[in-house]
Amino acid sequence: MAASSERSPPPFPDSEEPELLEDSDEEADAFTGTSISEMDSPSPDSTRPPKDIFNEPPEDIFSDPLSNINSEPQKKVDAKIPSPSSDEAVDLFSDPLDDDSEVMSSPEVQNPMPDLLNEPVEAPKSDSSSKSSSVKKAASAEMFGDDDDEEDLFKEPPKVVTKKPQPSGPPVDVFTEVKSDVKVKPQVKDDPTDLFAEEALTAPAPKPSSGSSSSRTNGVHSEEQDLFSEATVELSLDSPCNDRKNKEAVKPSVSAPAAPVASSSSKAPSKSLEELEEEESEDKFDLNISITNPEKVGDGMNAYMAYKVSTQTSLTMFRSKTFTVRRRFSDFLGLFEKLSEKHSQNGYLIPPPPEKSILGMTKVKVGKEDPSSAEFVERRRAALERYLQRVVSHPSLLQDPDVREFLEKEELPRAVSTQALSGAGFLKMLNKATDAVSKMTIKMNEQDVWFDEKIQDVENEEQHLRKLHVMVESLVNHRKELSGNTAVFAKSVAMLGSSEDNTALSRALSQLAEVEDRIEQLHQEQASNDFFTFSELLADYIRLLGAVRGCFDQRMKAWQRWQDAENMLQKKREAEAKLLWANKPDKLQQAKDEITEWEAKVTQYEREFERISATVRKEVIRFDKEKARDFNRQVIKYLESLLHSQQQLIKYWDAFLPEAKAIV
Amino acid sequence: MKKNVYSYSSCILETLPLRVQQSSFSSTFPGKRLGQAAWSSEGFGSHWVRSVSVDLNNDASLVIDIPDALCERDKVKFTVHTKTTLSSFQKPEFSVPRQHEEFIWLHDTIVETEEYAGLIIPPAPPKPDFEGPREKMHKLGEGESSMTKEEYAKMKQELEAEYLAVFKKTVQVHEVFLQRLSSHPIFRKDRNFQIFLEYDQDLSVRRKNAKEMFGGFFKNMVKSADEVLISGVKEVDEFFEQEKTFLLDYSSKIKDASAKAEKMTRSHKNVADDYNHISGALNSTAADNNTAFKKHLEKYAEVFEKLRKLEDRVASDQELKLTELLRYYTRDIQAAKDLLYRRARALADNENSNKALDKARLKGKDIAQAEENQKQCLQKFDKLSESGKKELTSFKARRVVAFRKNLIEMTELEIKHAKVRRLKCCVYHYMFTRQCSGSHGKPGNMREF
Repeated sequence: MAASSERSPPPFPDSEEPELLEDSDEEADAFTGTSISEMDSPSPDSTRPPKDIFNEPPEDIFSDPLSNINSEPQKKVDAKIPSPSSDEAVDLFSDPLDDDSEVMSSPEVQNPMPDLLNEPVEAPKSDSSSKSSSVKKAASAEMFGDDDDEEDLFKEPPKVVTKKPQPSGPPVDVFTEVKSDVKVKPQVKDDPTDLFAEEALTAPAPKPSSGSSSSRTNGVHSEEQDLFSEATVELSLDSPCNDRKNKEAVKPSVSAPAAPVASSSSKAPSKSLEELEEEESEDKFDLNISITNPEKVGDGMNAYMAYKVSTQTSLTMFRSKTFTVRRRFSDFLGLFEKLSEKHSQNGYLIPPPPEKSILGMTKVKVGKEDPSSAEFVERRRAALERYLQRVVSHPSLLQDPDVREFLEKEELPRAVSTQALSGAGFLKMLNKATDAVSKMTIKMNEQDVWFDEKIQDVENEEQHLRKLHVMVESLVNHRKELSGNTAVFAKSVAMLGSSEDNTALSRALSQLAEVEDRIEQLHQEQASNDFFTFSELLADYIRLLGAVRGCFDQRMKAWQRWQDAENMLQKKREAEAKLLWANKPDKLQQAKDEITEWEAKVTQYEREFERISATVRKEVIRFDKEKARDFNRQVIKYLESLLHSQQQLIKYWDAFLPEAKAIV
Repeated sequence: MKKNVYSYSSCILETLPLRVQQSSFSSTFPGKRLGQAAWSSEGFGSHWVRSVSVDLNNDASLVIDIPDALCERDKVKFTVHTKTTLSSFQKPEFSVPRQHEEFIWLHDTIVETEEYAGLIIPPAPPKPDFEGPREKMHKLGEGESSMTKEEYAKMKQELEAEYLAVFKKTVQVHEVFLQRLSSHPIFRKDRNFQIFLEYDQDLSVRRKNAKEMFGGFFKNMVKSADEVLISGVKEVDEFFEQEKTFLLDYSSKIKDASAKAEKMTRSHKNVADDYNHISGALNSTAADNNTAFKKHLEKYAEVFEKLRKLEDRVASDQELKLTELLRYYTRDIQAAKDLLYRRARALADNENSNKALDKARLKGKDIAQAEENQKQCLQKFDKLSESGKKELTSFKARRVVAFRKNLIEMTELEIKHAKVRRLKCCVYHYMFTRQCSGSHGKPGNMREF
């Protein structure tokens, strides 16, 4: 069902937007007075009406379905879902309403209103009435509501669970419910468990009656897309330049035909525009880097892999918009070396490149078309890509001429330091060892509570991530094992099928073997998804946390320098005092000069320390933000991959079911 | 078939890991009763599923089930509940406590009864095997000090799930054995069977002693040696000839498939366990984090916890529907093979008696006795052949029905689970997408720092 829509939400949302707008229109119908008045006051209270409104319309549909449907063609989409199973649907929809009343009465829950609801409600209205001022209001209201919004996700309104009705056709009903929940944001968090329980409560194989099933499926489709579209819409409206964007987002959807499906094509361009803007506003630059075409260059032990680094940008600092260079692994390492040399003492967080792997590379050099070496190359390619993306997404590093050169220049001088990799690695290790010793000897009494906590946190987190990484690796291995065992079982079942003397059963068994074969494939894919989206992410962050600790060390070094200077100054002062005591005016002048010199140094070092502290702090905050975003992105990706495999599973088993039923 | 639901009092494992040091399983599952509540109370398991079904006739005159079981030390005490309209029983409804050994005794007496030689004797239920959970328990006890609270809780959860699964399976397989007997027109009238059902005292079946064990082993040896010999005997009946080749072939195949399925489900369980561990690790990561990221981590942990539950259910349903089916029919086919063996023996006896008669005639003495013997052997053989043919035919039908039922049920469950998982993924996906778009690039987010 709608596999593609789930995997790649962006293409679809357009079709849904009209519906969103529709909803808001309904609301206007129902609650014209309140919503407008509330809208004009940009206080958190403005979040109220949308919620109301979103709950109301479904209710409306049931109370007088005819008039509503007629007046609003869009509603059909909504009405379609509940109609086949009206009882449950009514419950479903009325339920959030109950909830709502509760929500209304308790101010803390009511306060955090998701901007998602705000936007579509207000945006269209403002557009239709051409009041751009209200758009601004919407934007500001959204800003207000936003911080709460996130917490809200995690809040659990406990009442919902008990109240939920029992739907009879789980997949469909559950989806409709999701929808209702989408509208009543505070429930989202709670919803999963709830849905789950419901699903379990129903009979093992609840089949909706055949007559209604088709229309239901339609409903489900639209719902699913709805889910994502709303999300995407929000995403696009989310950036700081709300005002302008709102207009842009709204215009096409309003001009689009009422039918959601038909609108998709007309909306496409605006979508891309939004995306562009989003990137600009979020990252303040537009730079896409991809690494492709890993290629073996040369033969034997001198062979190396070359990667195609393609850049796409609109930044003026580059000579053209798109350009491609070929780089080898050591070039990447060289870039890292250069950047660290220049920037690490300033407290910048230099993203670490993937480690050199002699074993893996030797395999690639020696082995021909070995799947494990192919995996190795792909793994490295992906890691390098992530590495480069991290480098360029750092605003300061992007400005570095070496980065630009790396991306742009046709020929790069050979990175020497990494060539004798074992030597360099050894040196590095030595450096690290001395660092560790000095770290132990330096007893920094931390004045800054923030740093004190952060350093501890980072260390803990690294530990945890390491542990987690081990577990994810074990998941990958177990999944591979499962895949292998499934394959073996498939063969065995096929054999059993060939021995079976009942024709239909024999056929079913060989079909089962085929299904298991496909499932084996799925497991395998999933295993690589486990690895690439999850395990590699953790590996990256373990490395990055190491780099973060490096930043802390840099800061400590700066502190040490400052303290040393402070001590020196102290000594000089003492010396001066001694000289004074000894009454040696000839040397006094020199001592005084030295004191001024060291005083200057102390101030300089102190300033440097303060600067580096500020930088590190900024870097760590940025890192944390990036991390959260990265994890979220990867988890989403991971869920998408799971979604895909479930989709496939359903397909396979659905196809098998008639075979099983055909056994006589 | 009546759908009976087992439960497990929630307290059963509450106290569980407290006394693991003795590493005796018995002390940790001390006499907890599996009462009348429902598995479904666990939140999702409303699909109490029967792995193997044998009910060919829906005859209500003798209905047996095991509504309740008690785990005591190494033993499991089953409550065997009977409802009947047959006059051979004193009461229309009664329950007796029975142990696994008594089931084995019943099976053995039936096997030893001469007149049942022509019947496929329902395979005896395998011995309750709590090795898996016991091993885990051991690990849990050992690692208790070194584990974090989360890990410990996760382990306990795994243990509970596994223990339950094993228990469920054990009860079921015993029940099926009795139901097969009760649904068979001849076995249901068996005196020993009726005693087994009715006699409310201990049957005082002792465990086999060493000698008997050895005897049994010896018997098996003789049997397999015999089998080789007998396979040399020329088959007179084409039906049996065919059955023999089929069963021999099928038996090895199904044995293989069953082993492979077991392996597959086990690795599936491992995957579920990994999810569990990941969820635990994420939780402990979240516990040490005090930025905005904490909530995300908790969320991820929740996702993986959900995934574990779902994956676990998939694995256990697969086990119950597929692996158990294959396992059961591996045993049942062995029983059918035993029937063929007995028949082949009778055939060999028959031939020998023929020879003896010829010899007697040649020698001119003991002709009457030899004739009598030959007649008996022939009669026995014919009878055996006839009932064997009937049994094997019905066996085939039963097998096909059972496979059909299980495959359908399994497929439906797979679809259902996949749909639930898909839904979960959708919901979480939506949530995270929302969160993702809502959380970055906003001043609100910086507040935390």
